[in-house]
Amino acid sequence: MKRLLQQTWTWLDDRLGLSALIGPSLKHLVPRDAKWWYVFGSATLLAFVIQVVTGVALAFSYVPSAGQAYETLKFITDHAPFGSFVRGLHYYGASAMVLMVGAHMAQTFLFGAYKYPREMNWSTGVLLLGFTLVMGFTGQLLRWDQTAAWSVVVAAEQAGRVPLIGNWLAKFILGGTTIGGATLSRFFAIHVFIVPGLLFVFIFLHLWLVLRHGISEPPRPGQSVDPKTYRAEYHAELEKTGVPFWPDGIWRDMVFGTLLLIVIVVLAAVFGPPAIEKPPDPSLLQADPRPDWYLLWYFAVLALIPPRVEGYVMILAPILIVVVLLLAPLMGSTGERHWTRRPWCIGVVLLSVLLIGSLWIAGADSPWSPNFSAQPLSASVVGATSGPVAEGARLFHDRACLNCHLIERYGGRRGPDLTYVADRLTPNDIMIRIVNGGGNMPAFGATLKPAELNDLVAFLETRRRGAASAQLAR
Amino acid sequence: MKEDACTEEIDRRRFLTRLIVGLGGACAAILGVPLIGFVVAPLARRAPSAWRPVGKLGDFKIGDTVSVSFDDPSPLPWAGVTARAAAWLRRVAPTEFIAFSVHCTHLGCPVRWMPGAKIFLCPCHGGVYYEDGEVASGPPPRALFRYDVRVVGEEVQIRASSIPITTAL
Repeated sequence: MKRLLQQTWTWLDDRLGLSALIGPSLKHLVPRDAKWWYVFGSATLLAFVIQVVTGVALAFSYVPSAGQAYETLKFITDHAPFGSFVRGLHYYGASAMVLMVGAHMAQTFLFGAYKYPREMNWSTGVLLLGFTLVMGFTGQLLRWDQTAAWSVVVAAEQAGRVPLIGNWLAKFILGGTTIGGATLSRFFAIHVFIVPGLLFVFIFLHLWLVLRHGISEPPRPGQSVDPKTYRAEYHAELEKTGVPFWPDGIWRDMVFGTLLLIVIVVLAAVFGPPAIEKPPDPSLLQADPRPDWYLLWYFAVLALIPPRVEGYVMILAPILIVVVLLLAPLMGSTGERHWTRRPWCIGVVLLSVLLIGSLWIAGADSPWSPNFSAQPLSASVVGATSGPVAEGARLFHDRACLNCHLIERYGGRRGPDLTYVADRLTPNDIMIRIVNGGGNMPAFGATLKPAELNDLVAFLETRRRGAASAQLAR
Repeated sequence: MKEDACTEEIDRRRFLTRLIVGLGGACAAILGVPLIGFVVAPLARRAPSAWRPVGKLGDFKIGDTVSVSFDDPSPLPWAGVTARAAAWLRRVAPTEFIAFSVHCTHLGCPVRWMPGAKIFLCPCHGGVYYEDGEVASGPPPRALFRYDVRVVGEEVQIRASSIPITTAL
């Protein structure tokens, strides 16, 4: 039996030339000390493969029609065998791909692996990062629930700010002038054909470049990259100390990849896929659209940049980031690679992580959004059940003050916390703020009757340390 | 003689190279022009608009602002619920109405009317508008867009049109 299998393989390999095709790639020499820091690229590739196979599986049941996609997703999630699990794999696979591509990029940058002769490895990697984020965004839209539909509008509005061609771009994104039958189809085509096609092409190119220039050796302090001598030195070292990629190099990729797969499977099994919200009916206005976690930081950017420069930031910042990332290798393709000799590179990575992390937390928290579920304040918080204070507390809820301001732990955080407002503002100041507004506060003078204003001020006057409990005790 | 043959061979190959590149370009154009035209067709279409009924006169109290829903101006047969659209409609006089777009002028999220406070609030980035649609606070660059409204007999109609896109930087 073994002999028959051996003969069959020999025959097939002779006719197909598989060993000749793949063998040299698998057996190529890699630096001996390229160890665990080097697993993120292959982990990204594994996550992509998971996305392809789970995406193909989902496509067996998903109907990319604006009128039916929502129902088919409900069916996949609630009724199809393993449907919820496969959706979970696709979601956590996407998350893993974003995380791994980020880790791979940070490692490449810290190791100076983008320097000569691997500048194009970096630039193709930057494009792959961009395509990954586009896949993340369009994938969320294919969920085709309420958030997805409103996210398309947000994307169209952002595109609309591009000078001269903004309106055209917005129409292109919407598939017309409104959300409708043509909208989902184009995002399906982009998510399933166009961007994956680009990903395949650029992954192939990226891998080809890895083979062409070899895996960069871990940097050593004092070892400088000189284009005149680098290749000869690299290959001489490889001949002397290198090990074959198969199996000496790839086993770590397999171990890390297996762990990554286990994490994705466990997350999909335990937490399941993201919930499908209300249907994508644009006439349902109780919506609170938020991007998936990997774009929450950008959601925060859109809320926090000053309105005066917002349009410019919205258009120019992404272009600038892409250009800087693409051209980064050209700004320093030679010289020292070790991070101890390039301390600024550690600063850049830390700053990027801190910036994106802080914006991510802000986006998840989104204190600038009103709290629409704020309930009337209880008597224990108000400290009164009748009279101007109680009436003021009722108005504080009914006039939407509570949607934007906190009283103790209740309400919104769009405006200042008013739990102890009377400690810092006099009744007169409070009245002026309510009537005239100011800063981020609308003016309510035109909509409040004098008695209502007095009640509101009476309530807010009690908002000082210890006042509420004392009143209630009385 | 041999040199002539060699030159001829080079000329022939140069010709064949040009032929290959030319034919490749022609094939790409033959396929590409209609394909790109098909994909970008929505850009060339004129923005449609259509009057849509949203209720009877008696359904609306003077002074109240309510949400109304209607079909978008050119729904495709397979659009399903995505063919729906909405507006905030206020009856300001017996036969006079104002219809505000539900789209925040910041980034298009659906604003909500807060009847007690008489303001519109946006859930996404905290935009606030006064009852006349003017910006009260937050990032929106301009007032809420409005739709045309008319009363035909007892029927209130809104002119459904494009999602308003803020194009100013």
